[in-house]
Amino acid sequence: MNDVILRVVAKRLIPLALLFALYVQFHGDFGPGGGFQAGVIAAAAMIFYGLIYGLPEARRVVPDRVVEVMVALGVLLYAGVGVAGIVLGGNYLDYFVLHANPVEGQHRGIFWVEAGVAITVSGVMLKVFYLFAGRGREEPPEP
Amino acid sequence: MIAASHFAYWGAVFLMMAGLYIVIARNNLVKKLVGLGILQSSVYILYVAPGKLTGGTSPIIAAGVQLYSNPLPHVLILTAIVVGVATLALGLAIVVRIREAYGTVEEDEILRADADVERKQAE
Amino acid sequence: MDIVIVATLLALMAAIAVAIARHRNLFGVVVLFGAYSFLMATTLAALDAPDVAMTEAAVGAGISTVLMLGALHLVRSLEVKPAQGAIVPLVVVVLVGALIVYGTLGLPSFSDPHAPIHTHVVPRYLQEGLKETGVPNIVTAVLASYRGYDTLGETTVVFTAGIGVIALLRRRRSNEPRA
Repeated sequence: MNDVILRVVAKRLIPLALLFALYVQFHGDFGPGGGFQAGVIAAAAMIFYGLIYGLPEARRVVPDRVVEVMVALGVLLYAGVGVAGIVLGGNYLDYFVLHANPVEGQHRGIFWVEAGVAITVSGVMLKVFYLFAGRGREEPPEP
Repeated sequence: MIAASHFAYWGAVFLMMAGLYIVIARNNLVKKLVGLGILQSSVYILYVAPGKLTGGTSPIIAAGVQLYSNPLPHVLILTAIVVGVATLALGLAIVVRIREAYGTVEEDEILRADADVERKQAE
Repeated sequence: MDIVIVATLLALMAAIAVAIARHRNLFGVVVLFGAYSFLMATTLAALDAPDVAMTEAAVGAGISTVLMLGALHLVRSLEVKPAQGAIVPLVVVVLVGALIVYGTLGLPSFSDPHAPIHTHVVPRYLQEGLKETGVPNIVTAVLASYRGYDTLGETTVVFTAGIGVIALLRRRRSNEPRA
């Protein structure tokens, strides 16, 4: 899309949207927010970039391999926190063993768990957008 | 009056039935998915409404607040919303593949094409 | 006042749902669905659920609309055929609705502080949550700590949907030999 207004507004809005996603992620403990909301807002910012500047440009900024790794990494991180609970002496997904002070352990556990959720959700939303938007585009060569 | 105390449930049931009607009475697959989305989102009201307390506030612990609304349905519905969009994404992917295989997304034409193929195979 | 606000929003959502059922242009249907999601987010905010409202606004009005518009572009179906006489589905839907309404007669009244939902585990979450987890947002505390297993399952569902869509819509590279 060549519209100047869209490009200028996008340049101003997309960094703010990504910053807001980080804010929602880390302030999910003290206000409304958390992993899901942050992941979806970050994915929406990248989708906005893809809509304005074109899909090949978006694929250059966040390549396909990175997004596919993100999809799996989040679940691995979440399950890994659970295994860390077993390794450190508690049951699966016990947070109070992650630190000497049990409340601090809860903080750590919740932090990593929400990070895993945000990574998976943003990866899946972005990958699904890439697949839908890129499907009609390259026709396979005639045999 | 019963309407003043149960209006939230009845509103949710009306939305649920509207979504169900769209799913069973319309032929276009994309419209059926929209109806499924309406059916799923009506359940959010059905769950969150009983947790609301008048005079209460959102369940974030703050100084000076006595009454909190119930946080438990919020947790369940957060999960339900994300599962709903996952279902929608998968459903739309299947619709795209159906369109590429059959050339149409109207349900009656798809069933007719399948019946034609079966009749040809039986001959 | 809460009752008036929530009832008005529910009436607006009901009107949009009926309009979606009758509308034939699919692009208009998707836009109406986005408006419906925004109204749902407002209703959830009026019911003291800011987390849920934020998620519904971002997911329902943002991602869902984009995905459906992308799918409509691929499917290239813009007009639905006019609806034939659909009396049997209407009767079925009215009967099922009446049955469910009969079932809701036993549910607690709106904003009843003695409803069972407020008396089992929730007082413990509200009183001990901040002390045990150190997190003031009780919804995050319940989601990530008290009911962490459910959230693991949900993240796995999102992951499964992602790899399902990848499996369905992945294109083979053009230099691989076609079987």
